[in-house]
Amino acid sequence: MRVIGLKCRVCGREFPNAPLYACDNCFGPLEVIYNWEFIAERTSKEKVEKGPKSIWRYADLLPVDTLKPVDLGAGYTRFIKADNLGEEIGLKNLYLLDDSTNPTYSFKDRVVSVAVTKAIEFGMKAVGCASTGNLAGSLAAHAAKAKLPSYIFVPRGIEKNKIIQAVVHGAKIIEVEGTYDDANRLATEIAEENPEWGFVNINLRPYYVEGSKTLAYETVERLGWMTPDQVVVPMGSGALLCAIFRGFTDLERVGFIDDNKVTLNGAQPRGLPIAKAVKYGGNVEPVKKLETIVHSLAIGNPADGIFAKEIIKKTGGSAEDPSDEETVEAVKLLAKTEGIFTELAGGVTIAALKKLVEDGSIDSYDVVVAYLTGNGLKTPEVILNYIPETIQIRPRIEEFEKVVVA
Amino acid sequence: MIRVKFPSAFTSITKERRIEVEADGKTVGELLDILFERYGSTLRERLMKDGELVPFINIFVNGEDIRYLNGLQTELKDGDEVAFIPAVAGG
Ligand SMILES: Cc1ncc(COP(=O)(O)O)c(C=O)c1O
Ligand SMILES: [Zn+2]
Repeated sequence: MRVIGLKCRVCGREFPNAPLYACDNCFGPLEVIYNWEFIAERTSKEKVEKGPKSIWRYADLLPVDTLKPVDLGAGYTRFIKADNLGEEIGLKNLYLLDDSTNPTYSFKDRVVSVAVTKAIEFGMKAVGCASTGNLAGSLAAHAAKAKLPSYIFVPRGIEKNKIIQAVVHGAKIIEVEGTYDDANRLATEIAEENPEWGFVNINLRPYYVEGSKTLAYETVERLGWMTPDQVVVPMGSGALLCAIFRGFTDLERVGFIDDNKVTLNGAQPRGLPIAKAVKYGGNVEPVKKLETIVHSLAIGNPADGIFAKEIIKKTGGSAEDPSDEETVEAVKLLAKTEGIFTELAGGVTIAALKKLVEDGSIDSYDVVVAYLTGNGLKTPEVILNYIPETIQIRPRIEEFEKVVVA
Repeated sequence: MIRVKFPSAFTSITKERRIEVEADGKTVGELLDILFERYGSTLRERLMKDGELVPFINIFVNGEDIRYLNGLQTELKDGDEVAFIPAVAGG
């Protein structure tokens, strides 16, 4: 078996392989303990390379012991060398991992595929989550495939397309008055009352987050089993950044890379706690009011904040906090240079990347990977306010020549 | 009466999840002292470090994080619900 159990990330107390999320000694979050000997004996680069074109090519490194995952095809998305954008911002070796092409159009398919598989393994009767939007659509779709009912809590006022997508798959969408933090608090109370339900980012959280490690695995595999010098990761709760770091560490542990010297940089909209603490100093202090157009990253009390900050510092990285305007400009820059329409979270990442190059934190010859975690068609409302109007004419060639060519 | 809810991670100490406590007009800090009295020093040792609440537990009064109220000085009134919830979040 790959999974031995769970362990507290703060005090180290150990727990069984079960849907648990908080340590009863210090209330810290739990993480998976793997049987690395078992895994190292079975996995190899060759085996991975022959695997399916999805996250399940790395099944040996994921916290499930089932043979049949709940799989819509998450992962192994586009990995491109972005020479046009690189030239624009001053990078010779810029790569983009583009998760806007995942089955439900965000990186969340990676975590959800693992978590719902785990829910089946634990024999759970329903699944649920608190979501800033992307998780909602992903969980709804995977729950449909797994034939499980799903209960999804979102803050009121997130983008319409994210809601529509989730509802179409038959999920029960509960729009909660307040912020993500309110929706999350409510979902946690409900998860506490319904232990036979798998709330993917609550009681299945230790397993769920592991799905994002595949972003690190793909990065290394697609670079020909080399590590990049630096990566730029968008942050909401900070879970994604922590998982990517663990992913690089795992590869060192199984001998796929010699050592993990990757520098991790975080990107978060202005005013949010993690980037604020890393960039301006001080502790990761929760904020109540979330004033950003980037709903997907709008988490005021990020549970992985302290850990994300620690990793950024320890790997010699930085954090950047682009404004709304800089974010939208970055979405447009990426779209115009690389032909990729990413969602606002991707704009935050590209805007942060640009700043990191400008201030010298990233060198122009560094091998850099930026993660585009969602699709632009999910956040159309905001972009609409920042793009030029279409050209409207009557169906006459003279008008076209007069209005467009002239 | 104040209604108090504990998460499952507390049950190894508290053995119960929902209780009612006579703490009207008291502060959250004073409520904690009542709970430490009731469940013994283990709960205090696990919840408090250097006079402050450990970072991985959030306390909510009627759904509002006490950080955004008056912290441990937040006053309680008859009918309030106090919930202890481990920090978990992730879009
Ligand atoms: C598109 C996108 N990118 C990044 C994130 C950040 O994830 P985390 O909360 O793990 O930091 C989210 C979270 O919902 C997201 O939707
Ligand atoms: Zn612990």
